[in-house]
Amino acid sequence: MSLLLKNISLSLAGFTLEVDVEMRGRVTAVFGPSGAGKTSLLDLIAGWRAARTAFIQLNGTVLVDTARHIAVPTRLRGVGYVPQDLALFPHLSVRQNLLYGQNSRAAGSLFAVEHVTEILEIQPLVARGVTELSGGEKQRVALARALLASPRLLLLDEPLASLDLALKDKIIPYLARIRDEFKIPMLYVTHDRLEALALADEMAVLVNGRIIQTGSVAEVFTRPANADVAKLVGVETLQPGRITRVSDGLAIVAVNQVALAALAPATPAQDVFVCIRGEDVTLQLEAAASSARNRLPAKIISFRTEGALVRVELDAGFPLFALVTGPAYAELALREGDGVTASIKATAIHLVPR
Amino acid sequence: MTVVEWQIIGFTLSVAALSTLTILPFGLALAWALARRDWPGKSVVETLVTLPLVMPPVATGLILLQIFGRRGAIGGFLHDHLNLDIIFTWRAVLLALSVMSFPLLVRSARVAFEEVNPRLEQIARTLGASGWRVFFTISVPLAARGIVGGMLLAFARALGEFGATIMVVGYMPGKTATISLAIYENVQLGQDAHAFRLLGVSVVLAFAAVWGSEFFLRHKKTTP
Repeated sequence: MSLLLKNISLSLAGFTLEVDVEMRGRVTAVFGPSGAGKTSLLDLIAGWRAARTAFIQLNGTVLVDTARHIAVPTRLRGVGYVPQDLALFPHLSVRQNLLYGQNSRAAGSLFAVEHVTEILEIQPLVARGVTELSGGEKQRVALARALLASPRLLLLDEPLASLDLALKDKIIPYLARIRDEFKIPMLYVTHDRLEALALADEMAVLVNGRIIQTGSVAEVFTRPANADVAKLVGVETLQPGRITRVSDGLAIVAVNQVALAALAPATPAQDVFVCIRGEDVTLQLEAAASSARNRLPAKIISFRTEGALVRVELDAGFPLFALVTGPAYAELALREGDGVTASIKATAIHLVPR
Repeated sequence: MTVVEWQIIGFTLSVAALSTLTILPFGLALAWALARRDWPGKSVVETLVTLPLVMPPVATGLILLQIFGRRGAIGGFLHDHLNLDIIFTWRAVLLALSVMSFPLLVRSARVAFEEVNPRLEQIARTLGASGWRVFFTISVPLAARGIVGGMLLAFARALGEFGATIMVVGYMPGKTATISLAIYENVQLGQDAHAFRLLGVSVVLAFAAVWGSEFFLRHKKTTP
């Protein structure tokens, strides 16, 4: 897909949303703290809000061009929207909710109702009223309703924010299925890095109405453009890995040639992202006995002072980032090229299925 | 009850019901426009619509008499071109009841529309629905209780209208006499038995209508 947002200027309470970006990912995560203008950006794309200036183009079709006074009405944009509160129609049954979009179209739906309800596992619910559904069920019905209107782009506004962690883990695979099965590009607003990792391939970081970094998810997480982004996404080592063995809840995961011990993910998976926060990596001069499951010989590539902390880039067979305090780093008296041992507890290595 | 009394009751109920149905489409359209849209002159229209609620009903009646009389702007046109007379016919009763009960319908329906989560209407649009379809399948059903409550309130107001009606039709038994006009006329003539019987009927009717509207307006379904 190609979603072009150019020259956008929209006054919001306290700041102006100013965006100039092209999104090409299958799933682009719009990542940012609350109040950054994420929802307003989606509302603009859906046509619920009008900006002072804007040029929005989806797959070559102009949706908005304030310079030429073009604004395609919402119903003709082909943009599906799943808002945070889901907005299921409370006076209609699940079936009527699902068919609402289909009945609006002269041409049939791109997807068969049976297929969508099967993928999202909601066939048993269609005869019910929407008030009788659980949180996770409502979530899937809202997704199905948006899909059945055959959108060319799906806007998801923090779709999992209202769910607890256990439920989140259950819904994420459904979103992944929508991505892979129906091939509809998605703009996924979130401030949760795990959701971004699990679903998105591209990321745009939005802070105070401005996009301050775009790139692949791995790139943004491992190489934040500045300290603001780093603070927001958390300093992370992010590497693709492959689980080779699972026993007693402990997984052995291979990253390049290095084997790491980590807690096994809740859902079984082979290909994962290995996430390690910088502050969970301890540096030692010699390989002393320790309770940490992972003790990796590593070489120092570079270091950079960030406030009270020093961000150290290491080569441990894969790029690894450590975050240590300034005095601790001074005590170790390390330079670029020196060898150290990096210790990481198995519990500090987070595996996200990819 | 005499035949004339039954006739009066029947006429009052029919013309009040007809006025409620007549104002329904205009009332809903205006209520929706007030609840959901910003437009120039909105506050003026809002005030104009509410005016009959607070002005002396006879004053409203006098205004209607001026506009719809044979020498009035609209009344003159209707008489000259369509040979249609309003004043001193049942149409004048319908007109008076409609104008007097319009604000009650608009106010209730407006609140009802405002309470519908606008996200639901917006989502319906992203699903490809036209404005009309959104209005009839989302807005109206979700505001239905408030709308029905407002209709009953307007109906009750129409049943009891006196001041504006007396200005535009006067008292013509069997033609344009409503319950309120008949009560007044009978008391004037010293025919208390008639007046009291009609009084009883109007209390029962008003009680039923207001009780019904309270039921609909109070037990609103909340949208999740």
